[in-house]
Amino acid sequence: MDQPNIISVTGLCNSFGDQVIHQDLNIEVRRGEILGVVGGSGTGKSVLMRSIIGLQEPVAGQIRVFDQGMVGKEEDEATDVRRRWGVLFQGGALFSTLTVAENIQVPLREFYPEFSKDLLDEIARYKIFLSGLPPEAAHKYPSELSGGMRKRASLARALAMDPELLFLDEPTSGLDPIGAANFDNLTRDLKETLGLTVFLITHDLDTLYAICDRVAVLADQKVIAIGAIEELLAIDHPWINAYFSGPRGRAARRGHSDQNDKVRSEMQQRGRS
Amino acid sequence: MVMANPANFVVEDSPGAGRIVRLSGSFVIASISDVDGQLRDVTGPVSQIDLSAVDQMDTVGAWLVHRTAKFYAADITGCAKDAGRLIDAVSGVDAAEAVPRPHVSSLNRFLAEVGGGVVVGITTLLQFLGFVGQVVKAFFILMMNPGRFRWHAVVQHFDMVGVRALGIVGLMSFLIGIVIAQQGAVQLRQFGAEIFTINLIGRLTLRELGILMTAIMVAGRSGSAFAAQIGTMKITEEIDAMRTIGVVPAEALVVPRVIAAVIMMPLLGIYASLMSIIGGGILCWIVLDIPPATFVQRLREVTPLTDFWVGMIKAPIFGAIIAMAGCFQGMQVTGNAEQVGLKTTAAVVQAIFLVIVLDAFFAVFFSEIGWG
Repeated sequence: MDQPNIISVTGLCNSFGDQVIHQDLNIEVRRGEILGVVGGSGTGKSVLMRSIIGLQEPVAGQIRVFDQGMVGKEEDEATDVRRRWGVLFQGGALFSTLTVAENIQVPLREFYPEFSKDLLDEIARYKIFLSGLPPEAAHKYPSELSGGMRKRASLARALAMDPELLFLDEPTSGLDPIGAANFDNLTRDLKETLGLTVFLITHDLDTLYAICDRVAVLADQKVIAIGAIEELLAIDHPWINAYFSGPRGRAARRGHSDQNDKVRSEMQQRGRS
Repeated sequence: MVMANPANFVVEDSPGAGRIVRLSGSFVIASISDVDGQLRDVTGPVSQIDLSAVDQMDTVGAWLVHRTAKFYAADITGCAKDAGRLIDAVSGVDAAEAVPRPHVSSLNRFLAEVGGGVVVGITTLLQFLGFVGQVVKAFFILMMNPGRFRWHAVVQHFDMVGVRALGIVGLMSFLIGIVIAQQGAVQLRQFGAEIFTINLIGRLTLRELGILMTAIMVAGRSGSAFAAQIGTMKITEEIDAMRTIGVVPAEALVVPRVIAAVIMMPLLGIYASLMSIIGGGILCWIVLDIPPATFVQRLREVTPLTDFWVGMIKAPIFGAIIAMAGCFQGMQVTGNAEQVGLKTTAAVVQAIFLVIVLDAFFAVFFSEIGWG
């Protein structure tokens, strides 16, 4: 409730052998925002996320999540932080031998073994509803689900513990445009209803325009810019220009402003009537 | 997050208006466990659920409130804006009825499992025959077009199946030779017939154990590796990619492995037999005082050449079976990573089983034709 930054990363360095991924990288995520992270392939977006959630030991630097240092913590340490975040991995990472409902119950059983079977089933049922899956998906195995449903099931598992912080790694990749737009809306609705803070890695420009409060751009081994999209457009950097002003970037911006126009005109009409 | 206050509630009887359940504290996931059971035990009728003393709520808390309210058809009062939003969000689930887990009676399940097992057994057998046919066909096509033959892959598998197995197969065979000699010496000494230990070592290793133990080791090392490699390629759609490019998986993946196993098995078999004989010879020298020269001379007298041929005829056939079982099970993988493990195990079990069945058949066959 106190500190405004949920995540703060300072002076992060990561490298694999000779290849330097991050050099003195700083980034902060504020409470209650959706922060989009963009960057070309290989700029270390996923590595940044893995560093924050403790899957990648950084060479140097400080990482604080909920005001707790995360560097060098083992899997069984910092559990009070771990139960406050949820992670959606790029491939879904659902446990393939468990049904969707059982997948959702895994973190619950881990942290709250005293919960009754009925309560666990009810929780799984409404999480499945919240993530936009049909109720019969509960007893299906991940291999029986389509790509979009798998992402939703994985989101349901990420939300199982009522996290305050949600990490999404390319949630809309591999979804058709309608599915992607639905997923964007779902993310925004959940953020507003549940008061989530979202760390969102994406390549999808539509997602950026539709739901992100701020966008961080990764290039040259660090965060070269962070801010609302309008602010980023004003920055003169070759990658940012190419990204936001390329054909896809322009199309996404146009689509977004059209939508805003539509909303505005609808509101005006409603005001008149 | 501030430390959560325990969630609590009291039930008030108010005249005329029915009972009021007053909730207080933090209705969040960390503090809800006990209250869940107690709320289920509240006896109705309840007309009102009052939330004005609740200081924190998440979706689990919202679900409890909603569930209780719905059960008694009670009103929710004193609800903060955030809490109201959460309750609205979870209440949507009522529109969809709970789907029960599909339940089958145990008799039905037993019958279904038996029936399923029979069907799987028969189809697997047919598929295996089809697979062997495919491999033979691919082999002949490659014979016609030797340019398409993948020498590089074959040589690579020579290395994996043969050269890299030398250490472990050698050590294992050496120890088995020692065991045979030691057991033979102990038993035969009772008749004063220690010298026959040499017969035992020579004939047993060349005819049976050298080849059989090598086959088991190759099944464990290479048969499993074949299944896992091909199974993983199946999951990552590499095999589909091959097919669309026009590469026949049987030609590219299976034939080189089968050839490598067929050629390497006899070589490993000879090597294993020699190592066993060396192990047995050393034990004879130490325990029975039979010098190496005598050992070798006696070995040549008592071991007919047919024993060697018996082993050499069996070895390539065992190699082919191991490689085919591995590749076949790899090709059977569908779906998820768990399947790779299951099929790898199946490949090893199947290969060893078939090898032993065939070995028994060969034992009878060779003694019938007078090679005993």
